[in-house]
Amino acid sequence: MWKRELRPALLMFLVLTVITGALYPLGVTGIAGLLFPNQVDGSLIRKEGEVVGSRLVGQPFDDPKYFWGRPSATGPFPYNASASSGSNLGPANDVLKKAVAERVAALKSADPENTDPVPVDLVTASGSGLDPHITPASAEYQVGRVAKRRGLEKAVVRGLISGQTEGRQFGVLGEQRVHLLGLNLALDDLTKKSQ
Amino acid sequence: MTTHGVLQITLFFVVLVALVKPLGWYMARVFEGKPAGLNRLLAPVERLIYRLCGVREDEEMNWQRYTVAMLLFSLVGLIVLYLQQRIQGFLPLNPQKLGAVSPDSSLNTAVSFTTNTNWQGYGGETTMSYLTQMLGLAVHNFVSAAAGIAILLALIRGFTRRSVEGLGNFWVDLTRSTLYVLLPLSFIFALILVAQGVPQTFGAYKTAKLLQPTSYDQAVLDQSGNPVLDEQGRPKREKVTVTEQSIAVGPAASQIAIKQLGTNGGGFFNANSAHPLENPTPLSNFLEMIAILLIPAALCYTFGLMVGDTKQGWAILAAMTVVLVMFTAGGYWAESAGNPMAAGAGVDQAAGNLQPGGNMEGKEVRFGIANSVIWAAATTAASNGSVNSMHDSYTPLGGLVPLLLMQFGEVIFGGVGSGLYGMLVFAIIAVFVAGLMVGRTPEYLGKKIEAYEMKMASLLILIMPITVLIFTAVAVVTDIGKASIFNPGAHGFSEVLYAFTSMGNNNGSAFGGLGANTPFYNLTGSFAMLVGRFWLAVPTLALAGSLAKKKRLPIGVGTLPTHTPLFVAWLIGVIVIVGALTFFPALALGPIAEHFK
Repeated sequence: MWKRELRPALLMFLVLTVITGALYPLGVTGIAGLLFPNQVDGSLIRKEGEVVGSRLVGQPFDDPKYFWGRPSATGPFPYNASASSGSNLGPANDVLKKAVAERVAALKSADPENTDPVPVDLVTASGSGLDPHITPASAEYQVGRVAKRRGLEKAVVRGLISGQTEGRQFGVLGEQRVHLLGLNLALDDLTKKSQ
Repeated sequence: MTTHGVLQITLFFVVLVALVKPLGWYMARVFEGKPAGLNRLLAPVERLIYRLCGVREDEEMNWQRYTVAMLLFSLVGLIVLYLQQRIQGFLPLNPQKLGAVSPDSSLNTAVSFTTNTNWQGYGGETTMSYLTQMLGLAVHNFVSAAAGIAILLALIRGFTRRSVEGLGNFWVDLTRSTLYVLLPLSFIFALILVAQGVPQTFGAYKTAKLLQPTSYDQAVLDQSGNPVLDEQGRPKREKVTVTEQSIAVGPAASQIAIKQLGTNGGGFFNANSAHPLENPTPLSNFLEMIAILLIPAALCYTFGLMVGDTKQGWAILAAMTVVLVMFTAGGYWAESAGNPMAAGAGVDQAAGNLQPGGNMEGKEVRFGIANSVIWAAATTAASNGSVNSMHDSYTPLGGLVPLLLMQFGEVIFGGVGSGLYGMLVFAIIAVFVAGLMVGRTPEYLGKKIEAYEMKMASLLILIMPITVLIFTAVAVVTDIGKASIFNPGAHGFSEVLYAFTSMGNNNGSAFGGLGANTPFYNLTGSFAMLVGRFWLAVPTLALAGSLAKKKRLPIGVGTLPTHTPLFVAWLIGVIVIVGALTFFPALALGPIAEHFK
């Protein structure tokens, strides 16, 4: 019985490997490349011919003149897009407690006048370490600081935020969010124009 | 908790249940060999496969032969996948020049994908070449799921046939499941994923210039990799400035589609579906969540059609859905409440118009709390194991939800095929216990349940907890096991318990802090995964063989109806009591102790 089934086992595995492991991904690649040429390469953003990021992948910011994103747990540096990772810290771990306190302190020291509580997503690491978004609450929290550093009216900065805010898909799915890289690129554009 | 979150959870279950009937009908047609819409396209391919492999479509197999075919096929796949990883450095489609995977990790991964577990001790983008991902891992995503469906079909035939030996033909069931069900669904789904932003390319990783360069400290190493010391004898540090971001891409969409549909769960990237290139938008997220449960749910209807009474299928689906809804709601409550520790630190965790709030460590902004929790519950109820948030960072009770759902034995939806055959065994146990109470010989779907069937069913519910608990115990009393624990205290124990629960149930999700890519966890885990798959599959097939030989009894006045709300409640009770009693002591040491600390 074992001998009789060995031949079909080997051949069946070979044939199914060709179909599901070669023909299927090649077929998807071919059609996807024709229909969605931008997406297949990772939705890259180009500026003056240079790739400045992916629409879907976050970048690290800690300069007070930029909006900051979520803390990232990737190693050896934050937002390493070739080694995605979360922190995996447990909710009661002292390391997490310390990290959150340090992040709160860093935000406060960059903006001492702001006494509001810090929105939670701004001081907790994302699951991927590459989260491209912050919540509208986190963007609003940073408006005062960024406006001051750049010498802009708060209303102007808020205008940029609403331009980079993505609503719930079809009005239902997911959560409202602000695209961080888009927002910071828009800020730089505005500052450059006014100079 | 927000009304919006509740709305999304409701929408999810409504859409899922709406898809059950059409797909379930389609699959029943396919498995019974009747035309179902794609025959003109695929029937010639199907016949060609049989001709190439020397398979006779109408040849019946008894349970032993069916088992042997399934085992041999899995063994061949396991060996090939092991070798592929060991020699990937010499093979093409490896633009990042990734070298051979270590022997113990290769074995663990080969077992993991063959058993439909997709436990990942490795990080995808830093370990596996494009070729290994698509020609190795993705192939197993298809065929291990198809093998699960095949075993289920054999069990269903055990109920529907009378006084025969034959349970169908493994090769035919395997081929039809792959060709007519998994492939077309994956193909469409992969294209939708690309449209939403998942990459699909064979090109190398992309490089982007960072808008704001970043820097970090690292230890200075000499040529042999030892730290260089300064005058005071401390390790020397140097500052490294990063101006560019290397963005991992690859043929991801085609693999992600089947990893969701086939209850596999092995991510293309390390962060799995939390990664914005693996799961870019709320829509991709919604569809990936539906895909986790789609086939296991629809198979309930297929089962109902095949046994000639769709009410039986709906009853099973109702039991599964009730449990999952309750656990999703519980998890949503726990995670929305946030982390008490952060509340004292000047952090705003309250849900409002501008943020969903809650415990956001390890979660993504685009998903928020509701979508993270639906996923966590769905992926562990089904034996999928993909994640869109990091379970290790969940609150104690939030993390209890995925852990306990796996400990029910992966029968609440469960794996493609394997979940339903596990659930049917629980149904047998439920009618048996009910039969004991009223003093009647138990029967299910017209088949008498006797000593042999109960022995096989007992094996199915006993083997898994034994593996899980023994390995957990060994790991937490040995230094080699404890060395991998990442979080201190009760949470560290939960990490180990979660790991063996996940592998022993062929789930594949993890409390990811545990450093499981060590020889100890790779080898014990391989054993647990093999037991969790095959030691359960073989008694299931034996059970099917025994049932097929029996006559079918007419329904009498004393027959316990198995499609009523009463039976659904009873079935849920049996599952919860067996699972909770077995694991309560272990859970008390882990998440429950952590919660009350």
